[in-house]
Amino acid sequence: MKDPLLKLLKSKARFSNTELAEALSLQVDAVNDQISQWEGDGTILGYQAVIDDEKAGEMGVAAFIEVKLTPERGGGFDRLAMRIARFDQVSSCYLTSGGYDLMVVVEGQGLRDVAQFVSEKLSTLDGVLSTATHFRLKAYKENGFIFETEEPEGRLPVTP
Amino acid sequence: MDYSKKISKQVAGIPRSGIRDFFELVQGRDDVISLGVGEPDFATPWHIREAAIYSLEKGFTSYTSNLGLLSLRKAISRYVDDFFKVNYSADSEILVTVGVSEAIDLALRALINPGEEVVFHTPCYVSYLPSIALAYGVPVEVPTKKEDNFALRADMLEAAITPQTRVLMLNFPTNPTGAVMPVDELEKIAQLCVKNDLIVLSDEIYCELCYGEDEHVSIATMPGMRERTILLHGFSKAFAMTGFRLGYACAPAPLIEAMMKIHQYAMLCAPMTSQAAALEALENGEAAMLEMRESYHQRRDFVVGRLNDIGIECHSPGGAFYVFPDIRKFGISSQEFAMRLLEAEDVAAVPGDAFGQAGEGFLRCCYATSLDELKTAMDRIERFVATL
Repeated sequence: MKDPLLKLLKSKARFSNTELAEALSLQVDAVNDQISQWEGDGTILGYQAVIDDEKAGEMGVAAFIEVKLTPERGGGFDRLAMRIARFDQVSSCYLTSGGYDLMVVVEGQGLRDVAQFVSEKLSTLDGVLSTATHFRLKAYKENGFIFETEEPEGRLPVTP
Repeated sequence: MDYSKKISKQVAGIPRSGIRDFFELVQGRDDVISLGVGEPDFATPWHIREAAIYSLEKGFTSYTSNLGLLSLRKAISRYVDDFFKVNYSADSEILVTVGVSEAIDLALRALINPGEEVVFHTPCYVSYLPSIALAYGVPVEVPTKKEDNFALRADMLEAAITPQTRVLMLNFPTNPTGAVMPVDELEKIAQLCVKNDLIVLSDEIYCELCYGEDEHVSIATMPGMRERTILLHGFSKAFAMTGFRLGYACAPAPLIEAMMKIHQYAMLCAPMTSQAAALEALENGEAAMLEMRESYHQRRDFVVGRLNDIGIECHSPGGAFYVFPDIRKFGISSQEFAMRLLEAEDVAAVPGDAFGQAGEGFLRCCYATSLDELKTAMDRIERFVATL
């Protein structure tokens, strides 16, 4: 990420525009305008907290599903991929290179939710050739954040 | 036993570091926001730490050549050529040391005969004066001034040079002021060094951390200077590797050979694990280093802006990660200011006189601390100065 404002937002999305401006030595008005523009044109899609579900006591189920598709004349994989992405259960959906076409991340309350989604919604779509479902066992890192409490800072308070 | 009679006069004559006194005061308190550190707030980038771990797994735990691993010296040679635009042979002109601190000690001991003079600019890093004294040299201070953004002035240097002067020590960007040298003034200094046949010890440990438009210029690149410069650099600051304790000296072979004579008996070689980490830093560390630099840059601008808003005059330093605000208008000494700030608001900043008398009336604030902490620290400083 080259733009310093976008970069700061990625780690400090909860900063107010005044705080962002202060941190980057920019004018608050300029920050307001720039962020409005990005939100308007879809550069910024939204803001999210990265939560350790286990600590929050809300450990749901997540699965990574490899999906093979039949491409279509004119649009390739796009129409079908967007159709899959629009399901609420799908948290991420990527077209990938390699042995399959789509990587679909599905989240649900339990195994049943995910299994039901795969067998009833995903597999039954025309154009879906096959699926392979991998359930998440443990998370180590997400969106750049490590799932571990950092050790306290080891620096001495005063050094030359 | 009367131990005072057992300690050498040379060592006994060296005063206790002002920083150590202050450290002990700070350590006794909780909830202190410290602007008193002299090192990055980042942990060493993971790929560098991982390279150190890998070297241990592989059993690379032996001594290395006294000069340091040849592969590391070759990488240093390429890096120095690329960054400083000076070429040094990996075979005979580079010595890997335990931090720049060791290199300074080696160089001074290798160069100075008892009673010869070493000129250095103040405020400066705390080890310079004691290192000169321990090498039986005579320290000669040239103060730098706020009006010059703490750059060294050639005319003031010239006035300090005598027939006994052997060495000039330079440190730009400077700890504690963050000062950088304007190139035209550095050229005049180079001419003085040639004219007076001085050797220059140029400690450029902060050279990657420059925030201006202009690139860092080493005095070693100036006419007639490569042959009389010992260029000192290391990994602590730009690559956030302070605890690895790794630095290096680049100089003509006879000077490196002389330094190596001491190094081989006193230290044998720099630690193998640290050398493995340093090699990784040079080969693949640029991206992480630039990222850290950008973050320091942002924080410098923030801190300078806030201090001036608060009414504490602070110039925007060109490098390192320190600001050196002027607190003279409050009419109290820098010691008193720092103590009272600590007691009233739990913010630790180092009194400027710890870096030499020329630092009196100033405070060293290190901004290598999280933005959240810097914001709180600035709020607390604002509250504190309102009571003065």
